[in-house]
Amino acid sequence: MERVPVLKIGDILLVSIQIDMEDQVALQLQEDLAERIVATGCHGVIIDISALDIVDSFVGRTLATIAAISRVLDAETVVVGMRPAVAITLVELGLSLPGIRTALNVELGMDLLAREREDNGDDDEETNGLEGAETPAVPAP
Amino acid sequence: MNEPGRRIEVASDQDVVRVRQQVRTLAVAVKLSLVDQTKIVTAASELARNTLVYGGGGWVEVAPADNGRRKGIRIVFSDHGPGIADLDLAFTDGYTTGGGLGLGLSGARRLVDEFDIVTAVGEGTTITVTKWCR
Ligand SMILES: Nc1ncnc2c1ncn2[C@@H]1O[C@H](COP(=O)(O)OP(=O)(O)O)[C@@H](O)[C@H]1O
Ligand SMILES: [Mg+2]
Repeated sequence: MERVPVLKIGDILLVSIQIDMEDQVALQLQEDLAERIVATGCHGVIIDISALDIVDSFVGRTLATIAAISRVLDAETVVVGMRPAVAITLVELGLSLPGIRTALNVELGMDLLAREREDNGDDDEETNGLEGAETPAVPAP
Repeated sequence: MNEPGRRIEVASDQDVVRVRQQVRTLAVAVKLSLVDQTKIVTAASELARNTLVYGGGGWVEVAPADNGRRKGIRIVFSDHGPGIADLDLAFTDGYTTGGGLGLGLSGARRLVDEFDIVTAVGEGTTITVTKWCR
């Protein structure tokens, strides 16, 4: 089975998905990222999906789960590089990816994470709270 | 009208990737717009995964379509799984018996131009979808 590489760049973990992932590969990425967040203490995750020509409900759910897991581990996730046709299709599919931060490219994603960290005064205790509650990954039936 | 298609056995995650690739290739060949290519590949991914996960495996056939006025792509997904007892329920956004998002059937139907489903409890499910060039 192929594996999606996770790179550490400063305080950020960067994942660039370059393959059409089997479902198992997406689940493995979810696990790998959780482990790397804990192992590195990184506070930001950027997932670059600019090479993906589709995002279906499985990959969409995986992205939402990664965002939720990272938040619990005190890291913020930004999904970057979504193609316009993918965005149009996702919305029609019924998946609006609630709770997922997005940016147009890796650079803007890094800016976003840096700004967030500053706004939060870099103080872990204060900002953890129950913020995640705003963002159900699954739409209500 | 119905040209013979290419049949892909669906028995693993990898086969679902194969279905996506086959649909992508044909969608480009029949000159669907980029957005329509994206929609039909996404719909195919959802339905092929259902064939695998809920149908217990089956096959998918991808073929060019032509109704005399327009060209397009037609895809059949077929399994001999448990069938779907309550179609209204299955097509409800968010309904899932497998811990998914419950958007595969309903979402796929929104993404294509024609959607036909034949299902019988204990016998299986066959879904045919068509996307036409604009
Ligand atoms: N080929 C199939 N055979 C039997 N049941 C199916 C099939 N496809 C879908 N279903 C049923 O319909 C439900 C909704 O499917 P779907 O909208 O794709 O959502 P999900 O895959 O997230 O559960 C499934 O949970 C399953 O119970
Ligand atoms: Mg499904």
